Amino acid sequence: MNDSVSNPVLSVDTVVKRFGKTVAVNGISLDIRENEFFALLGPSGCGKTTLLRMIAGFEVPDGGSIRLGDRDITHDAPEKRPLNLMFQSYALFPHMTVWQNLAYGLEMESLPRGEIATRVDDMLKTTDLSALASRKPTELSGGQKQRVALARALIKRPKVLLLDEPLGALDKKLREKMQLELKRLQHEVGITFIIVTHDQEEALVMADRVAVLKDGSILQCGTPQEVYERPANRFVAGFIGAMNFIDGEIGPDALFRAGGEALACDLDGLQRNARAVLAIRPENITLKPAGSGIAGTVVDVAYHGLDRQLYVKTALSPAPLQVRVAATGPGVAAAQTGATVSLAFDAAACRLFQE
Amino acid sequence: MADALRIKLTGRAILVLVFGFLYLPIAVLVLLSFNDSGLPTSWSGFSLRWYVSLAGNSDILHAAWNTLIVAVVATIIATILGTMLAIGMETRKRRSTPLEALAFAPMVIPDIVLAVALLTLFSRLNVAMGLHTIIVSHVIFDLAFVCSVVRARLKNFDFSIVEASRDLGASSFTTFWRVTFPVLLPAIVAGALLAFTLSVDEFIIAFFTAGAGRASITLPMQIYSMIRFGITPEINALATIVMGVSATVLLISQWLNKEQMTR
Amino acid sequence: MSSQTARSNLMALPAIAWLGLFMIVPCVIVFAYAFLTRGLYGGVEYTLTSDNFLRVIDPLYAKIFLTSVRIAGLATLFAILIAYPAAYAICLAPKRAQPMLLFFAVLPFWSNYLIRTYAWIVLLNREGLINNLLRWLGYDGEPLSLLYSEGAVIVGLVYNYLPFVILAIYSSLSRLNGELVEASRDLGAGRIRTFWRVTLPLTMPGVAAGGVFIFVLSIGNFVTPALLGGGRFQMIGNLVYDQFLTANDWPFGAALGMVLIAVMVTLLLLQARASARFSGETAEAKNG
Repeated sequence: MNDSVSNPVLSVDTVVKRFGKTVAVNGISLDIRENEFFALLGPSGCGKTTLLRMIAGFEVPDGGSIRLGDRDITHDAPEKRPLNLMFQSYALFPHMTVWQNLAYGLEMESLPRGEIATRVDDMLKTTDLSALASRKPTELSGGQKQRVALARALIKRPKVLLLDEPLGALDKKLREKMQLELKRLQHEVGITFIIVTHDQEEALVMADRVAVLKDGSILQCGTPQEVYERPANRFVAGFIGAMNFIDGEIGPDALFRAGGEALACDLDGLQRNARAVLAIRPENITLKPAGSGIAGTVVDVAYHGLDRQLYVKTALSPAPLQVRVAATGPGVAAAQTGATVSLAFDAAACRLFQE
Repeated sequence: MADALRIKLTGRAILVLVFGFLYLPIAVLVLLSFNDSGLPTSWSGFSLRWYVSLAGNSDILHAAWNTLIVAVVATIIATILGTMLAIGMETRKRRSTPLEALAFAPMVIPDIVLAVALLTLFSRLNVAMGLHTIIVSHVIFDLAFVCSVVRARLKNFDFSIVEASRDLGASSFTTFWRVTFPVLLPAIVAGALLAFTLSVDEFIIAFFTAGAGRASITLPMQIYSMIRFGITPEINALATIVMGVSATVLLISQWLNKEQMTR
Repeated sequence: MSSQTARSNLMALPAIAWLGLFMIVPCVIVFAYAFLTRGLYGGVEYTLTSDNFLRVIDPLYAKIFLTSVRIAGLATLFAILIAYPAAYAICLAPKRAQPMLLFFAVLPFWSNYLIRTYAWIVLLNREGLINNLLRWLGYDGEPLSLLYSEGAVIVGLVYNYLPFVILAIYSSLSRLNGELVEASRDLGAGRIRTFWRVTLPLTMPGVAAGGVFIFVLSIGNFVTPALLGGGRFQMIGNLVYDQFLTANDWPFGAALGMVLIAVMVTLLLLQARASARFSGETAEAKNG
């Protein structure tokens, strides 16, 4: 999955990393654009953090190269790379105040004291931390620590900012707020962000582009809309968002058949007369008047505020299908547990996969 | 409710008894050291005369001076070696069982065995024994204790701050002096203080490795020979001073350890 | 990764060298001495023999060995009987007070061993505080000879090593999951049955660690028997001392030292294995 980009700010070329016998990163190539908000998304152990640490310089690749602009940084020490990492644990220096934490990176550049002071004060203002300047990290809340860690990395004005699960330690409410905050800040400072996350929602909300990783390889790379609406394979389809999977087969007539039903879907070059899996999202199934679509029985209803998630048992699959209906949509009133309903699939939103 | 109260009171009573057992004998010594008559039979008034007579005892002053030299030098060497050992052990990717055993052994080996082993070594090598051989020997257990205190701190040390420092542009040398060392410092000092008190109080190994004669006699050796002669009020005074110094040093060490834990 | 390991090893190297040179090498020499013959004038002769180890089981020395085991065993028993309730009582104290209580329980342990032993001479001798106290209470017989007895040696050992035993038992008591005790009560076991069936078995590793510690240090002790036993109670430690400093039979002293080391290593290994198996069992219970 190597989509070429003209003038990438960072390019990773067939990078390999092994730990003993396990291959953590298996020949990944990536091009990151200037000012892009890029997300590396995947379950734990997929190699995303190892890839990030190789970009930062904490692991040396066993093969391949990493270039920053036109400079090969594959073997440069971390302190020699003009990019910075925001650590998952924040890694704030416990013996220094917030101010000293921010100044540290600038002191390493041997800048004049006056300039350091101005830049630290400016950054404290930007990140709304001025009031906390003389506090030690233990005297900060989780959200405040997160902001200090971000400010400490940004103050170096890196070409690329790497963020390792930056919101992982925050609670849900704060996380949602910080997602937007990070996105706003990225626009403001105009720095390329590469974020590592296992939270697909976080990646979809914040990133301009997402790479989905599994077992050390990139399965799909594209905009959030692309990976959500046109997942490249069954894993991506299941990993991002809720998805119904129906096992069946493609007949000679190009129709997908399962449980006695035949559905017309975009074959996308798949083999006929072979087994296949149909994937459809809960919001792409609609309730129909009884008798006009796929018959099913509601086995459970989950309340989600604005909408309801119905679990409908049909002949298509052993597991009930998830169906998302608006609380005010047609037929909702009838959709009680035990009710008989009829379903219609949005054919354009169906995806077929063959193993 | 009555049950809970009874348990609470029983707990308190046990604490009083155990702490009484631990501290009363020491308290008696301290009290006697201020007794004018110096005898346990009767209290004849508060007096500092036994402390004054200590100050005039050149044997004791000589031994105290030797002890100070031994403890300070052994502590310095042991603190450097023990801290390095602790960092080495905690930054390894995998635990090494032989290394664990080696670092643990000085804390459990019977001191009489270590003492005769060192005596054998030094006489085998024809080394003239004196303060230097005591120092060499004390470093063995001192470094093990420093190592264990520093390792305890390293166990909840977030190594990502070391990486963060590198990421922010610091070399590994700068990172050590500006990040790792300051964060470990309270534990290193706590370990050094512990090593110091252990060295000040150590008797058997010093006894075997001091060589003949009185030249390199240490305070515990002096106390031992005084005790063998019998109870004297001077020993009470000396014991009070030695215990007071130990307790103070240990309190500082404990306070440092607590400070760093809350940081 | 390998460069990291190399750096770690380099950091550990000076200490390893020091311990190797001044702890391992001397112990190896002593081990070798144990198989050599005593020289005519106190040195060693390079004639290999196992006589030194055979002498250890000679009735004269075997008796000393058994005395040592008995004294160390009794000291261990009494220390555990005192330390367990003490550690339990510390656990019952308010959470905030526990670190301080523990610190003051252990504080004497780090202070001068000789002085703590000496304190008991002051208390126990014929003109000592306890005899005075008895007289004050109306006792007018002969002063009791408390000092220079096996009991005095045991009291001294218990007193000196008790803090560590408390520490060891406390650390396993405080790690005990309070919910287990509550679960047992919930399942109908009374306070006492809960203690015997849940609390005590789960804290045995702490008891074992503290017990092994005091036993090993007691059996090799030389100061306490010399001062509180008045030389009447020879223990292995005193025997080693004598062979090196008075009898000048270094090979035999070396053999005795090796016996001490063997006892120590055996007990430590047994304890390590027992607690490893124990933690394995609890892990299984958690998974099952």
